[in-house]
Amino acid sequence: MELIVQGIIKAFELIISFDPEVLGITWLSLKISGTATLISLIIGVSIGTAVALNNFFGKRLVISLINTGMGLPPVVVGLFVTILIWRNGPFGFLGILYTPTAMIIAQAIIATPIVMGISLAAIQNLPPNLRLQILSLGASRLQLVWVLIKEARLPLLAAVMAGFGGVISEVGASIMVGGNIKGYSRVLTTATVMETSKGNFDIAIALGLILLLLAFVINFLLTQIQQRQKLR
Amino acid sequence: MLKHLKPTTVFYIVLVAFITLCGFICFFNGKTSSKQNAIILATTTSTQDSGLLDTLIPIFEKQTGYFVKTIAVGSGAAMAMGREGEADVLLVHSPDAEKKLVEEGYGINRRIVMHNDFIIVGPGSDPAKIKSVKSSAEALKMIAKTGSLFLSRGDHSGTDAKEKTLWKKANINPAGQKWYQETGLGMGQTLGIAAEKKGYTLTDRGTYLSMKKNLNLDILVEGDADLLNIYHVMEVNSTKWPKVNAAGAKAFADFMVSKQTQGIIKTFGIDKFGSPLFFPDAGKKMED
Repeated sequence: MELIVQGIIKAFELIISFDPEVLGITWLSLKISGTATLISLIIGVSIGTAVALNNFFGKRLVISLINTGMGLPPVVVGLFVTILIWRNGPFGFLGILYTPTAMIIAQAIIATPIVMGISLAAIQNLPPNLRLQILSLGASRLQLVWVLIKEARLPLLAAVMAGFGGVISEVGASIMVGGNIKGYSRVLTTATVMETSKGNFDIAIALGLILLLLAFVINFLLTQIQQRQKLR
Repeated sequence: MLKHLKPTTVFYIVLVAFITLCGFICFFNGKTSSKQNAIILATTTSTQDSGLLDTLIPIFEKQTGYFVKTIAVGSGAAMAMGREGEADVLLVHSPDAEKKLVEEGYGINRRIVMHNDFIIVGPGSDPAKIKSVKSSAEALKMIAKTGSLFLSRGDHSGTDAKEKTLWKKANINPAGQKWYQETGLGMGQTLGIAAEKKGYTLTDRGTYLSMKKNLNLDILVEGDADLLNIYHVMEVNSTKWPKVNAAGAKAFADFMVSKQTQGIIKTFGIDKFGSPLFFPDAGKKMED
């Protein structure tokens, strides 16, 4: 119990004193997971919408695969990304193992199926007549997709939150492809793991609390945007 | 109409801001660390967890301009990275496996850096009564005989390798025994589990000292010659793996055995723990 109190006090100390190292780690977490979420958003929403709007052979199989991907274990992603991008691997020439770029790639792979699955369900959940109505008003195909995405904005923002939440809290892949290098690829989750194994439980608790706070602020902002529409 | 547009406008603005921000990030990410200057150092967790590398590496980086990527894993994993050419330089403490790596030609220029020692720790109540025994082999025999809980790393780290040799020396095969549990975790976490479960474990002194305040474990066996913990630095052979940064690896290995670094190692930890965590050994032979 005493330890938890110590951790909370430490967290406040670290936040209030603007500890440059903690600040850097927090900012890096935000940058990496934000970029990964953005990439997953572009890929996930477009493919999710395409799958939802088209009928083709094997559609159910594809949807099952996407839904399975929503539970992709981060360590497995980390392992495969590591093997693919290490020096003597097929993408070794890029030289990106143990860099923030590698972490963005791994996190984007984790977040993409999550965003894809939710956007797929969101678009499928729209009333079927809506499509006919929009088309009958003379919309082009691109305009149709755009209107549908706008209509499904609520669940799509939920997709963003789920994707972001999935990657900002992820540690397995980040530590494998990023290497937890001080001042370079150390993020909140990997730092928490390291401080725990060092026995600095107060700092670990503090980092954990900062991570929670960060996730809360981001989700609060996104929820603001999401719910504004509803209250109108 | 204006009212109707507002939330969507906000949405676009946020989206555009987000994209711009990420554009900048990608730009910044792109320009960090050129390949030439980066060295991958694969090492054991104890050198990182004790804070030694946090002290040494900034000095090295400032002196040479290299950028060190420290990957702290067990000695086994570190040497596997060396064997695959995925690291440039290794700082490890698993002498038998190191010799093998050198014999196979993957590791070159292996040099001694420092040592500290292993200790057997356990609960103060000491159910196996090992505190009175002199040698580590004797202590392990007692633990086995009384069936007292022993926590093993079980992760092919240097500590794990040392533990396996000690069991061998005591003529006991603990694998599969009920009182013998493998954590598969790092030293710090294994110590935490030993403390929680009131079990015995083998640890390097540095990690134990740096975590002592949170543990309810006492040093029960120490000072045995078998318990010596020796760290070596070696470079990965660039003729086997052309992508290895040979110059950088050599620079780092030279730095580790330099007079200045050895001096820092000598005093490291005194201010925090009252005694040094490592003893510099550069230039000595392992037999000394």
